[in-house]
Amino acid sequence: MAVGKEIRTQISSIKSTQKITSAMQLVAASKMRKAQDRMELGRPYAERIRQVVGHLANATSEFRHQYLEARDIKRVGFIIVSTDRGLCGGLNINLFKTALKAAKEYNDQGVEVDLCLIGAKAASFFKSVGGNVVAAKSNLGDDFSANDLIGTVKVMLDAFDEGTIDHLAVVYNEFVNTMTQQPTVQQLLPLKPEENDEMSSHWDYIYEPDDATLLEGLLTRFIESQVYQGVVENNACEQAARMIAMKSATDNAGDMIDGLQLIYNKARQAAITQELSEIVSGAAAV
Amino acid sequence: MAMTVHCDIVSAEEKIFSGLVEMVIVAGALGDLGITPGHTPLLTELKPGPIRLILQNGEEEIFYASGGFVEVQPHLVSVLSDTALRADDVNEAAALEAKKLAEQAMSEQNSEIDHAMASIQLAEAVAQLRTLNSIRKKMGK
Repeated sequence: MAVGKEIRTQISSIKSTQKITSAMQLVAASKMRKAQDRMELGRPYAERIRQVVGHLANATSEFRHQYLEARDIKRVGFIIVSTDRGLCGGLNINLFKTALKAAKEYNDQGVEVDLCLIGAKAASFFKSVGGNVVAAKSNLGDDFSANDLIGTVKVMLDAFDEGTIDHLAVVYNEFVNTMTQQPTVQQLLPLKPEENDEMSSHWDYIYEPDDATLLEGLLTRFIESQVYQGVVENNACEQAARMIAMKSATDNAGDMIDGLQLIYNKARQAAITQELSEIVSGAAAV
Repeated sequence: MAMTVHCDIVSAEEKIFSGLVEMVIVAGALGDLGITPGHTPLLTELKPGPIRLILQNGEEEIFYASGGFVEVQPHLVSVLSDTALRADDVNEAAALEAKKLAEQAMSEQNSEIDHAMASIQLAEAVAQLRTLNSIRKKMGK
């Protein structure tokens, strides 16, 4: 029957798209579980080291590391953590919007912004939007280690050491739950002391081997761990957002198929009715 | 009951240990440290080596760390290690092999960088063996 051939091909093409999106949804769901586990495993270290550095900022030390000193802000650095692949809803765009808003606030004050980009999506976005990109890293994959990030982070730390930038922040998506991802701007440098009354009395650590070497190592490690945690968290967000996006794509495809099926059935019935009435009226004429 | 201090051992990839202990023994940058409750605040780098914990019931637990930092507060000891392993997971054959390779590389001395790398590897392998030896001593006791 010639009726609705076009509709039938359309239905079958939507069906195959639906198969792809539902497969992607399942893949994202299992990857999300892994990424989430990883995020949970990394959290204790990130929290501990944040605590230690918080204590450190409170200690009454003779030696003040430059990471602890607030300077006049003439230039700021942003580390922007994005995903490598698309098809994850508005995750990246929301993040870039947050980053651009923060950058604009600085620009309005006459402060320039340097960018360090992690992830292919950020690289292509800021290529078209513009922005002073000093470092970029992409194609980390799902199974990266902290070592993969050290180079990129070091560029920014060196810039801070040299006084090129006076403020460093990392922008990433915070994993609230599977449905919600919150774009976050977290200040890394200079370090903010932890508010704590217990710690306010005068005290200091014993440093081994000596305070300068130790602080240099510890603070660098701290920044690296914060960025690593940001990337891990962003990775979990990516999988969650992709899962949700693919789920709604699958649902939408289902709705479209239902609608098209209805149209197809109606057309088929109309054709049958028409044929019948033609036969009946033909018979009556005879 | 004996005095105890809270001890946390974490590595970048996971949490290794958390609980009350009587003493923590670590390989600090300037030598081994035995940390008991009420220790004065201290920050030190870690050398590759064993971390020994004396638990409340007098039992010993041994971990291996390849480096990192220790923060001591009177009521809290935080070990931030680069990689920490439960000592049972340290593989003796692999450690011996690594030691041999590192020593070989040291004796050949192709270039400055290789030498530095090799000496780090050697230190790690020796530290792993040291960890294993201390376990063995405990077992033999």
